[in-house]
Amino acid sequence: MNRRIAMKTLFYALMIILALFYLLPVYLLVLTGLKPISEVDLKTMWALPVAGIHFDNFIAGYKQLAPNLNNSLAMVIPEALLSALLGSLNGYLLSKWKFRGSNLIFSLILFGMFIPYQSVLIPLVKFMQSIKLYGDIPGLVLVHIIYGIPITTLIFRNYYAGIGTEILEAGRIDGASLMGIYRYIMFPLSAPSFAVVIIWQFTQAWNEFLFAVILTNQSHWPVTVALNNLAGSQLVQWNVLMAATLLAALPTLVVYIFLGRFFLRGLMAGALKG
Amino acid sequence: MSRRFVLRIPDLILAIALLLIGVVSIFILTRTELHLAGRNFTSIGLLLAGLIFYCGVLVIVSMFINETYLSIALLLPSIVAVAIFVYGFIGWSVRVSLSQWKGLLPDYTWVGLQQYTYLFHDTRFLIDVRNTAVFTVGFIAGCLILGLGLAILLDQRLKGEALFRGIFLFPMSISFIASGVVWGWLMNPATGNRITGINLIFKSLSLDFLISLWHSSPQPWGMVFTVIPAVWQLSGFTMALYLGGIRSISDDLREAARVDGASEFEIYRYIILPMLQPVTLSAVIILGHMSLKIFDLIVALGHKDLRLDVPGIYMWTTTFDGTNYAQGAAIGVLMLVSVAILVVPYLIQNMRTETEI
Repeated sequence: MNRRIAMKTLFYALMIILALFYLLPVYLLVLTGLKPISEVDLKTMWALPVAGIHFDNFIAGYKQLAPNLNNSLAMVIPEALLSALLGSLNGYLLSKWKFRGSNLIFSLILFGMFIPYQSVLIPLVKFMQSIKLYGDIPGLVLVHIIYGIPITTLIFRNYYAGIGTEILEAGRIDGASLMGIYRYIMFPLSAPSFAVVIIWQFTQAWNEFLFAVILTNQSHWPVTVALNNLAGSQLVQWNVLMAATLLAALPTLVVYIFLGRFFLRGLMAGALKG
Repeated sequence: MSRRFVLRIPDLILAIALLLIGVVSIFILTRTELHLAGRNFTSIGLLLAGLIFYCGVLVIVSMFINETYLSIALLLPSIVAVAIFVYGFIGWSVRVSLSQWKGLLPDYTWVGLQQYTYLFHDTRFLIDVRNTAVFTVGFIAGCLILGLGLAILLDQRLKGEALFRGIFLFPMSISFIASGVVWGWLMNPATGNRITGINLIFKSLSLDFLISLWHSSPQPWGMVFTVIPAVWQLSGFTMALYLGGIRSISDDLREAARVDGASEFEIYRYIILPMLQPVTLSAVIILGHMSLKIFDLIVALGHKDLRLDVPGIYMWTTTFDGTNYAQGAAIGVLMLVSVAILVVPYLIQNMRTETEI
């Protein structure tokens, strides 16, 4: 019996040490952000603030990133909603209206999820320039929606595949058409999948860097590009940088904390284990 | 003979209206520009006009009795988009990589595999390949070992399981850029008076022997340290995969083993681990394709430090800073080949098992 208690204690100790490792960067971000400018010193990086809690760094960080946070938001919201709608329709058709070759088409679409975007970057830039969608947010939204088709289709297809065909046949007998079944039967059942896909696409687009840095010009930079630029500049103090980093990470963190369940399902779908 | 087409007059009127609006808007938008809130929305407007026209086509297609036509018509925009943006652009990249395009003006003069032979003899590219190999091995090994360890720990049904699971998982919701910036400060290589970050913790704990130059260490060790933030971000995901796998193994099986006198360790070693092999395969594919493409994390961590260079960064700087488009395209294509070798067999197998069901 003593051995079991010893084992349990060991497990708890291990888990707590590991949890501290995972929380270390957050501790640094929050702590540095809350110190007054006068207390910011690399030597006391880990010490708690002595002279009370201040928000100076967050305000300074927000001043640096405010336009970019807005750009990211303006990009992510239409992107997530439209992606979800498109993915839902694709998933419905590819799971419930299979035709000859539809499985092959699905696999070919799926491959798009894995490609390194460097392999399409040059044509993409030239194409976006030629259709005059280069440099601004609407173009970036379009690109994210298109390269999001594989994952959104996959998540919805797996979800709809789990819905029995009986309910569809019942709809058919009642005279519902392809779109009627979608509109009155499938769509109302899809809320959980919409949550998964919207959260997934939101997080992906918010965190994305390569398309953002290549396809937008400086006044339309999303927050990841601006943050990377801030980190590389010698003019910004590191305490402001830490506060800015936390601000840039906050939206997806908040979504994760409150809606983590759905987020995890999106990740699992990415592992093709629907 | 059964009817193949039902003519519904109201639908026909709707379809004609949509087609007309679409054509007229396209006609107008190609001749003038649309400005809204200081932005040029001409292209987006054209896209919407095309969409209206397409809806008109859909209404006509929906009058066919055979609804497969409508199904294909509805899928068509996605199929066309993927065909152009994935396969078309890959083909275009391949073509660029076989040219001598250098400078801002396109030059498609055919030079065969010259760009590729150059890269295979290029010191920088060979360093990139080595760096990617080091990163991939370290990243996958780190995520699998830590992920499996965490999953087994969480499987002990300790108190606060949900909280700990949340703590191990949250880093993956953060961007590689943000995590690269923070870890860049945590793994600050400064010594002496300017010592800081994790080194400062080691120093105050009198663990001086652990003080490290981190990712500024001589190669290949510098690259090994870039694995730390990557594992921090994705070991939680690996844990979730493993935990899902462990929890799907029925308790009866474990109970039976216990009755037969197996110890907890033996149950993991001989029953659970072998059953987790498919999970490991999925995890290796997912983590592997991420690490072959690794880019943002290294950008944020190393700021284009050549010692930490990877193909993704080389492609970026060569193409957009050096305007050597042909060579940039060749790097992109080689990255694609490396990912395809890993992923395509998996996709084909996935498709086969699905058609069997």
